Amino acid sequence: MNVDLNLLRYNPEFDSRPHFESYRVQADPMERLLDCLHKVKWELDSSLALRFSCAHGVCGSDAMVVNGVNVLACKVLIKDLKQPITVEPIRGLSVLKDFIVDMEPFFAGYKAVKPWLIVDESEHEPARERIQSQEERDRFEDTTKCILCAACTTACPIFWSDEEYVGPAAIVNAHRFIFDSRDTGGDERLEILSQRDGAYKCRTAFNCTEACPRGIKVTKAIQEVKRVALYRSF
Amino acid sequence: MATVEDIYRKHKPKAFSPGRRPSSTEVWWWFFMRISGVILLFLVLIHLYVMHLVGSGVERVGFDFVAERWANVGWRAFDWVLLVLALLHGVNGLRIIIDDYIRSPGARTAVKGTLYGLTAILMIMGTTVVVAFDAGVSG
Repeated sequence: MNVDLNLLRYNPEFDSRPHFESYRVQADPMERLLDCLHKVKWELDSSLALRFSCAHGVCGSDAMVVNGVNVLACKVLIKDLKQPITVEPIRGLSVLKDFIVDMEPFFAGYKAVKPWLIVDESEHEPARERIQSQEERDRFEDTTKCILCAACTTACPIFWSDEEYVGPAAIVNAHRFIFDSRDTGGDERLEILSQRDGAYKCRTAFNCTEACPRGIKVTKAIQEVKRVALYRSF
Repeated sequence: MATVEDIYRKHKPKAFSPGRRPSSTEVWWWFFMRISGVILLFLVLIHLYVMHLVGSGVERVGFDFVAERWANVGWRAFDWVLLVLALLHGVNGLRIIIDDYIRSPGARTAVKGTLYGLTAILMIMGTTVVVAFDAGVSG
């Protein structure tokens, strides 16, 4: 079938502002949007710039705005998209070229919440494994699924207006450790998330939950972090 | 060559610089918004019922009505709590919107300063009226 694509192109070397360009490619309805973008790049216009790596919804490289909503180009099927398919880079981050954005502010928020296991200082060389019950593991199961694609953070209206907000992805990854029974860094993380640009900037728009390609209940995780910070303050 | 650390430092959100004193102010304001929201729901409904629906509604509200109502210290307390909660709830909402949309530090400080100034004036005026109202000065 014919697939019509409207791609928002931007090359800072030549363009003063982004503009749409139309392409038509042949594709099977069961092919993914990423396949069509590759057809454009490989057969029609090799200057098209986009990120992808695994192409199977795990690496989180190809989040983009398709027909107005954040998706992974490698997960969405052509048959599910209304044509012409409009593709834009994710919002709230500066565009470097076409669908490639500067992810550093996103990762700065992620790093700010210390997304690694923090254990007791005295325990440099643990003598045995850190045992966890199934129940304890289930407490943060949902937030382990994050692939850092930035679909949630760049769907967030608060992040659009204020890039210094840590963003939903960072809070999800803080949640993953705060609710981990083996982790002892909860206080440090909550202290960070209780600041002005932390979790309390969230106004529960739910855009993040809708955007997450992994189905993480992002807004719920953020609310849990807010609540645990409050309980700690009593 | 720039290391990952350099890039991190360069892009690190200002709010998380080590020099900034951690505080749980935002936690408490968030909690206040929830609690005050629930209380306001009831206070506002009662206020609307008493002032606008009972009898001939807002038409009957005048000096005598207020004098009669505020003879009861319970109603004074009710009105003052409504004033404080509604004012702080609204102002905190505006503060958050200002933090979102006004990016320049100078303008942000100026707008927030004006807002807090107005809040203080309204709070003092309202409190003065509630506390100092004297039915005896009837004209």
